[in-house]
Amino acid sequence: MIRIDSVTKRYPDGTVAVDRLSLDIEDGSITVLVGPSGCGKTTTLRMINRMVEPSEGTILLDGADIRQQPVNTLRRSMGYVIQNAGLFQHRTIVDNIATVPRLLGWGKDRARARARELMERVGLDASLAKRYPYQLSGGQQQRVGVARALAADPPVLLMDEPFSAVDPVVRKGLQDELLRIQAELGKTIVFVTHDIDEAVKLGTMVAVLRTGGHLAQYAPPAELLSDPADAFVEDFLGSDRGIRRLSFFPSGALELQTAPVVALDADAGTIAARGSTSGAPYLLVADLDGRPLGWGDPKDLTAGEIEPGRLLSHGRPFVHGKDSLRAALDAAVLSPTGWAVGVDGTGRVVGVVSQQAVGEAIRSAHALDRGGEDARAVR
Amino acid sequence: MNLLQFVHAFFGDGSHWHGYDGIPTRVLEHVRYSLEALALAAAIGLPVGLVTGHYGRGGNALALLATAGRALPTFGLLVLVVTWLGFGLGPVMIPLVVLAVPPILVTTYEAVRSVDPAPVDAARGMGMPEPRILFQVELPVALTLILGGLRSAAVQIVSTATIAAYVGLGGLGRYIIDGLYQRNYEKVVGGATLVAALALATLAVFWAVARLTVSPGVRRGT
Ligand SMILES: Nc1ncnc2c1ncn2[C@@H]1O[C@H](COP(=O)(O)OP(=O)(O)OP(=O)(O)O)[C@@H](O)[C@H]1O
Ligand SMILES: [Mg+2]
Repeated sequence: MIRIDSVTKRYPDGTVAVDRLSLDIEDGSITVLVGPSGCGKTTTLRMINRMVEPSEGTILLDGADIRQQPVNTLRRSMGYVIQNAGLFQHRTIVDNIATVPRLLGWGKDRARARARELMERVGLDASLAKRYPYQLSGGQQQRVGVARALAADPPVLLMDEPFSAVDPVVRKGLQDELLRIQAELGKTIVFVTHDIDEAVKLGTMVAVLRTGGHLAQYAPPAELLSDPADAFVEDFLGSDRGIRRLSFFPSGALELQTAPVVALDADAGTIAARGSTSGAPYLLVADLDGRPLGWGDPKDLTAGEIEPGRLLSHGRPFVHGKDSLRAALDAAVLSPTGWAVGVDGTGRVVGVVSQQAVGEAIRSAHALDRGGEDARAVR
Repeated sequence: MNLLQFVHAFFGDGSHWHGYDGIPTRVLEHVRYSLEALALAAAIGLPVGLVTGHYGRGGNALALLATAGRALPTFGLLVLVVTWLGFGLGPVMIPLVVLAVPPILVTTYEAVRSVDPAPVDAARGMGMPEPRILFQVELPVALTLILGGLRSAAVQIVSTATIAAYVGLGGLGRYIIDGLYQRNYEKVVGGATLVAALALATLAVFWAVARLTVSPGVRRGT
């Protein structure tokens, strides 16, 4: 565990970057430091690997003051990833990744073999090993940065806005990759970002800092979204806090209806019966494998002559039980019929659900949550 | 006679190719003086430039020193040193080194200082000791510029090492000084041509060294 114990950092020019900050960072968790620019996130992170020395207070690693061990020994036990990766442009990708093992005295071959292992782990093609950093895309460079930090298998990983310089699609890929790696390796990660969405997505715990280096709130993301400590945090979370919170409610509680779903080869009787009794204005047509094709007005569907191309788009379905209520709501709102399509992990239709039904599920989920139930994160 | 005829006459004369005043001897002498001066200048300029560049301090003092060094007239300095220390190789080295240290020192300082701070920060954060940061992170990136500083110093030394002849030493300056004294313009032009050729050869050597030592990752498209 990393314990930051009433730490203050005053720079020589008098700026107080961090003000009596106390945080307990649990082993195997991702702790995200988030807040507006200049609130002291980087300073806090850099005090953990002693790139910045606190003016007051102590930082304990597993109960021992971090100043007790030689500074370079401490740093080698903590991976460090920065924005734009900070790769060594004169070294190939494998040699960049092999840096810390080499510092620890490993032989060249062993360090390189390890580096290649890491490349695979972070999703880098082996063919990139002999390239130089300038020959890689920004996203690939960032992966190299992560691999380099992981190379000596340090228990702690410090990451300072590692994904902020890449486009949203690449960023999402890198975030998913980080969560996957974390699930496999269980590191203690301290992650700095100014993007609240990233904080909510990645954090086991989120520390919101405000300018002047004060801790505004330290809580799991779901709690942050449901109970912001004050107006500053609420403001920082943005206006769609309620919607974002839905990410933490599973869609499994939704009752999907199967009546408005018909197969492509349904006979006239079934179409007529489903059309009048299902309660839905449209019927979802699925192919013979059970995959959604689109919505059709029961009056226009002729048995045996359904043309998939003429159906209304079914939009993007949500995966029932795996996706969150947010995904289900999103699917319903974007659907031309106002009904969301729920599928299983293989893409086969499980059932459909109306906007109203999603709304009711949200209300009861909130009610349950208020009743003290733990909201479990669904990612 | 025009210039080309002088050159032709000088190099065409077989007697110019051997003996203690022959071209090979004089070229070797010249190369030796130049290498010694360059080595001395580098031994002073490189370490000071690397260390001050790494710590980012002393830049103003360096610039001042460099300007002072550049302002000293080389020939005047030679006369001064010779009156003071007498004749010999040592007194010749001093003005050459004074000439060569500023470009080496200032470029090295600037080259190390201008290295992208992000990889340096990353290296330090990974627990790399300072000397290793300097030699394995900063130097490889700064190398192109540093070699550029050494190159201009070397070229200046090569063209200025002719002053050795003024104090009775050899080198290509011999041809120029003796030629002027004897009103033998063939010799003067021949000597000057050799100096120019040696300067070009120096450029070629530095180009080759840069090809061999600068990482392709730093060289990129250049
Ligand atoms: N070396 C320094 N000397 C003086 N003041 C500094 C120094 N480094 C940071 N500061 C100041 O300390 C405060 C916190 O800086 P810090 O870099 O920790 O912020 P941050 O939260 O990481 O911001 P950003 O999101 O912009 O990266 C800022 O006001 C900054 O100007
Ligand atoms: Mg920062």
